[in-house]
Amino acid sequence: MSTGTTKLDVVVSDVVPVNDLVTRFHFRRRDGELLPTFSGGAHVVVEMRDGERTRLNPYSLMGSPLDTREYTISVRRDDVGRGGSLFMHRNVRPGLEMVVSYPVNLFSLDRRARKHLMLAGGIGITPFMAQTAQLAAEGGNFELHYTCRTASLGTYADVLRERYDRRVRLYHDDLDERIELDRLLSTQPLGTHLYVCGPAGMINWVRDRAASLGWPAETVHFEHFAAPQPGLPFDVTLAVSGKTIRVDEQQSLLEAIEAAGVDPPYLCRGGVCGQCETNVVSYDGKFIHNDHWLSEEDHRSGCKIMPCVSRFEGRSLVLER
Amino acid sequence: MGITFRKETFRDDFTFKNSPEHIRRFPFPFHEDAYMYAVNIEPHVVGPKGSVLENLIDVDEHYVAEMQDRALVLAEDPLRCQSLPHMTLAGWDLLELLMEQQALGYPEHFTLTRDGDRWRWINRPLGIDDTFTFGDTSTLPYGPMEYITRQSQGDFCILDQRDGNLWMDAGMVTTQADWSLDFDIGMNFFEWHAPVPLAHEKGIFVRALKFLTNIQQGKPARRLNWTMTINPRLDTSPENYHKWGPDRATVTPENVGDKVHLRVELQSFWRLPRSNGIVFPIRCYLIKMDELVTQPKWARRLHRVIRDLPDELANYKGLTRYRPALVEWLSKLDDGSATSPGFGPD
Ligand code: HEM
Ligand code: FES
Repeated sequence: MSTGTTKLDVVVSDVVPVNDLVTRFHFRRRDGELLPTFSGGAHVVVEMRDGERTRLNPYSLMGSPLDTREYTISVRRDDVGRGGSLFMHRNVRPGLEMVVSYPVNLFSLDRRARKHLMLAGGIGITPFMAQTAQLAAEGGNFELHYTCRTASLGTYADVLRERYDRRVRLYHDDLDERIELDRLLSTQPLGTHLYVCGPAGMINWVRDRAASLGWPAETVHFEHFAAPQPGLPFDVTLAVSGKTIRVDEQQSLLEAIEAAGVDPPYLCRGGVCGQCETNVVSYDGKFIHNDHWLSEEDHRSGCKIMPCVSRFEGRSLVLER
Repeated sequence: MGITFRKETFRDDFTFKNSPEHIRRFPFPFHEDAYMYAVNIEPHVVGPKGSVLENLIDVDEHYVAEMQDRALVLAEDPLRCQSLPHMTLAGWDLLELLMEQQALGYPEHFTLTRDGDRWRWINRPLGIDDTFTFGDTSTLPYGPMEYITRQSQGDFCILDQRDGNLWMDAGMVTTQADWSLDFDIGMNFFEWHAPVPLAHEKGIFVRALKFLTNIQQGKPARRLNWTMTINPRLDTSPENYHKWGPDRATVTPENVGDKVHLRVELQSFWRLPRSNGIVFPIRCYLIKMDELVTQPKWARRLHRVIRDLPDELANYKGLTRYRPALVEWLSKLDDGSATSPGFGPD
C-alpha cells in the first residue's frame, strides 16, 4: 500500500520578491489544465532537484482556494537551514519545470466555529492568506492577529489590511508591540476556535495560555512544521531491505532512506502526520526526536522514530525498513 | 451503446435479479477459503474492463430501480438523509465528485458542462437536465448532497475530520446492512464502530483511522465488506426491522437458492478538496445463491467460509438462524477440491 504523495507537473509562472527575506513563487500546470481544488490551510510538498540530491520541503498554499489556475507559496530565506529555502531563492526562476505534491491539509478550519481567531507569527502568515480568502468569500467570521519583526518584514500585512481592514491587527517587535494574549483569549464569544501558526515558541506560548484559560483542546489548532533539523552525519542499517546507509548532515533520515532506493510511506514530511513511523530494531546511542506525533513515552522507549524529522547520534542504529 | 437498465423491485414482489454479465462481474469478497476482519484497505484504482472497478464510481443495470427504491424510502422517512449545518460545503464537494465520475465513466448516460460557476447536468436514465450555480444551494431542488445522492447508487457518509478523528456529520443512507444514520449522526469513528465484535481488540480501528485521516486528494482507497440478506431487499435498516427481520425465519432447505443473498459492499474513501472532509460511498451488490453458484469456485469457497465463520461474526451479521440450512445447501456443491487463489471465478 503506497501512501506516497500524488504529484503534479508544474512550471514556475512567476517569482516575486516580497521583501528582504521572502519571495513568492507561482506555479501553473504544465498541461494548462486547472490545478486540484484545495482547502485553506493546505500545503504542498515541493521537490527541488539540486544536482544529485532531491530536497522535499512543505509550503502552505497561500492563494485563494477559489482560484485554481495557479498555486502560490511564499518562502522565507533561511541562511542557516538545510538549504531548501536557499535553493528556492537562488535557483528557481520563471519557466523552470518542477514537481509538487497534491495539496494536503493538516491545518484545516473547523467549520462548526462561530468565529475563527487566528494568530500568526512571521512567515506563519501563509496558511492564513488562504483561510481568510476562503472565509471572506463565504461570509465567515474571523479576526487575525499578526506579529512581525518590523513593518518592512511584515509579509503581506499591507495586502491583508487592505482586504480585511479592522479584522486584521498588526504587532511589530521593533516597536515593542505585543499581542495582549490573555485579554484576547478571555474575551472571545462562545464557539470561537483558535488557530496559531508561527515559530515554535509562539505556538507553545499560545497553546499554554489557552489551556490555562480553559480553552478546550479541540478548539485550539496549530500548524507546526518542524523544519527538519540539520545535524551530525550518522549510519543506519535497514534490516528489512538489508542495506546500510549514511545520513549526511544536510539530509533527513527519510531522504537518506529514499536515496537508497527504499520507498517508505510519508505524507507531511514535517513530523505531524504519523505516516513515516518506523520501528527501531536495536540502537546504541541517543535519539534526537523532533516530531509531534509520537508520545513522550514512545520517545523514551527507544522503539520508534519518525525519520522525516528525527535524527540519531551514536554508534549504531538498526531500523525495521 | 450503454447500459440496459432493468425494471425491477427490491421490495414486495422482489423482481430484482442479475444478468449473466452482472453475475460474472459480481465483486466476490473472499480471496481464500476463510474470513476474518483485517485492515483490508487498498488504493482505489481502476481495475479490469468488465469488472465493477472499471470505473471508480460504478453504475450498473440496477441504477434506475435503485434510485426509485431510494425515493420510496425517503418519502416514508426523510431522516435517512441528514446533513449538519457545517457540512454543506462538503456536500458540494461530493456533488462535484459524483457528477465528474459518472460523466467520465458513462458519457452516453451523463453529461456535465461547466462554465465557471454555471453548471449543467444531464442525467438521461432519470430524465434530468438541470442548470444551476455551483455553491448556491437555492439553485437546486435539494441540498447538494441530497440532490446528487438521489442520482447515485449506494449509500454515502460524509465525515468531518477534526481532532484526529472522523465524525459522521452527513449522509444519505437507505440501503444499509442494519445500522442507522439517525442513530449514528454526530458520532466519531470509534463510537459508530462500537457494536462490531473482535475488530477493536485486534487494533483494526485504531490503524484504520490513522490511515483514513491521512487519505489524500487524488488518492482514494477502498475495501470490501459483506453480509447476507434474505430476499433482495436494499433497505435492511433498524427502522424497518419489523419488515425484514422475520424474513430470516422463512428460509427452508428448498428456498435457500432463491431467498438467500450475498450482500457485498464496495466501500471507498475519498478526500474532499474544499471541505477537507472524507466521503465514504458504500456501494451495495446483491446476488442470490442460485446465481452465485453458477460459478463453481464461488460455491465451494462460500461453503467453507460460512461453515467456518467465527460465531461472533455470524451473530453480528445476523446469519445464525439460517446458517445450518445454508451450509447444508452449499455443501452439496462442494466436492472438496481446491479453489484457486484470488477473487474471480475460474
Ligand atoms: C469512514 C469510513 C467508515 C464508515 C463511515 C464506517 C461505518 C460503519 C458502520 C456504520 C458500521 C456498522 C456498525 C453497526 O453495527 O452499527 C460499520 C461496520 C464495520 N466497519 Fe466500518 N466504516 C468506515 C471505515 C471502516 C474501515 C476503514 C474499516 C476496516 C478496515 C471498517 C471496518 C468495519 C467492520 C469490520 C465492520 C463490521 C462489518 C460486518 O461484519 O458486517 N470500517 N462501519
Ligand atoms: S511523514 Fe508525516 S510524520 Fe513523517
